[in-house]
Amino acid sequence: MVKIGVLALQGAVSEHLHHIEKCGAEAVSVKKPEQLDDLDGLILPGGESTTIRKLMLKYGFLEPIRAFAKKGKALFGTCAGMIILAKDIEGDTEEEESLGLMDVKVRRNSFGRQVDSFEAGLDITGLDAPFPAIFIRAPHILSVNDHVEVLSTCDDRIVAVRQGNLLATSFHPELTDDYRMIGLFVDMAREAKVKA
Amino acid sequence: MVNTVVGTDRVKRGMAQMQKGGVIMDVVNAEQAKVAEEAGAVAVMALERVPSDIRKAGGVARMADPRIVEEVMNAVSIPVMAKARIGHITEARVLEAMGVDYIDESEVLTPADEEYHLLKNQYTVPFVCGCRDIGEAARRIGEGAAMLRTKGEPGTGNIVEAVRHMRKVNSQVRQVVNMNDDELMTAAKNFGAPYEVLKQIKEAGRLPVVNFAAGGVATPADAALMMELGADGVFVGSGIFKSENPEKFAKAIVQATTYYTDYKLIGELSKELGTAMKGIDIADLTLEQRMQERGW
Repeated sequence: MVKIGVLALQGAVSEHLHHIEKCGAEAVSVKKPEQLDDLDGLILPGGESTTIRKLMLKYGFLEPIRAFAKKGKALFGTCAGMIILAKDIEGDTEEEESLGLMDVKVRRNSFGRQVDSFEAGLDITGLDAPFPAIFIRAPHILSVNDHVEVLSTCDDRIVAVRQGNLLATSFHPELTDDYRMIGLFVDMAREAKVKA
Repeated sequence: MVNTVVGTDRVKRGMAQMQKGGVIMDVVNAEQAKVAEEAGAVAVMALERVPSDIRKAGGVARMADPRIVEEVMNAVSIPVMAKARIGHITEARVLEAMGVDYIDESEVLTPADEEYHLLKNQYTVPFVCGCRDIGEAARRIGEGAAMLRTKGEPGTGNIVEAVRHMRKVNSQVRQVVNMNDDELMTAAKNFGAPYEVLKQIKEAGRLPVVNFAAGGVATPADAALMMELGADGVFVGSGIFKSENPEKFAKAIVQATTYYTDYKLIGELSKELGTAMKGIDIADLTLEQRMQERGW
């Protein structure tokens, strides 16, 4: 069975753990970098990206996660997690480092404040029917390079991408009872495990 | 064009779910908001005065000056919450129109209506409300609250009431989950809780919205204690900016909330923090002075 971790520094952790289990994988809540060693995949959940970034830095997660990705293991960032995966965060004034793994440029809170947060049915490459996407103070991707596959857009904004072993969405699949998106990721982790 | 819907339950409750495991801090100006954001707060509550100062000042406590709220909103990228008086439709609508991310219908302010709370499912903006037991929690959810918090006893720096409220709600949730279906209606009557909400709690095995700790958190150990008791996150009111060293306190409380069972770490975080806010014994407050008695 594949073992998937959820970075548990802050945010919607239990929701992701539930989805992972529903997809037939073992779910682990990750609070220490050494827990990464026996995982096949890692989810960076939604939450407050500034908070999660600060805690990742303080508790030494950046290098171990970069090494994890380099080994070809699967990573999935939802909302805040997508921001943290991005190489380029628009207007980033934080002097602190981020993970910087995906060749994308993101804009934070790009759909407006909480009153503008919304739900929409989206077509996503790899899924047979529209997915109920929940956007909460969501970011979107402004630009990608050739290595990145765009999986979905919402009114011309890029909201789901894949780059090899990395997956990212602006929206929160973990807030729905539709397990297909996490299922897609569990499959990625399984494939990566077979290859390794 | 993709068909989109705003203000759904999932969007409102989901926003609170994104705050889980985090600390929401009371601030009274842009400068404090930046300190909070820098320390790793997941949101700030913009106020004119923190609860301990509201206690001291006496008189009627109202919604903050919109200029303060606006100033805070412009200063940080994390979500900004603000308080409206219980039942004050217009204060709530004003805050919603300003684009505040969450409204606390709060007993810290002087209630505008002594009979009715806001009908919160009529708004696009989500609401958080205080509760002391499952009846109060379920009534607020019934009105549309998308997030709950303990009432505790605000502005006292005394954790005892928040502990009481968190334990009570969680113990009553366990009771409901273990009930037979035919016992639920009587439970609804006894708890003063809407039947439909109790049914949801029983089916889901938990409250349908997150429940944070609030009202008396003064130290990193207080925050960790509340997480240990099952809080989804923590509100810190007067505890941070009434302490001797707000920046250090704020950072320590954030880390203690994440690593709430790492006692060695909490010990380290608590070293030489300086003096916490001065506290008040609940027994020294008359019934009228207890903010938790406000709301129905």
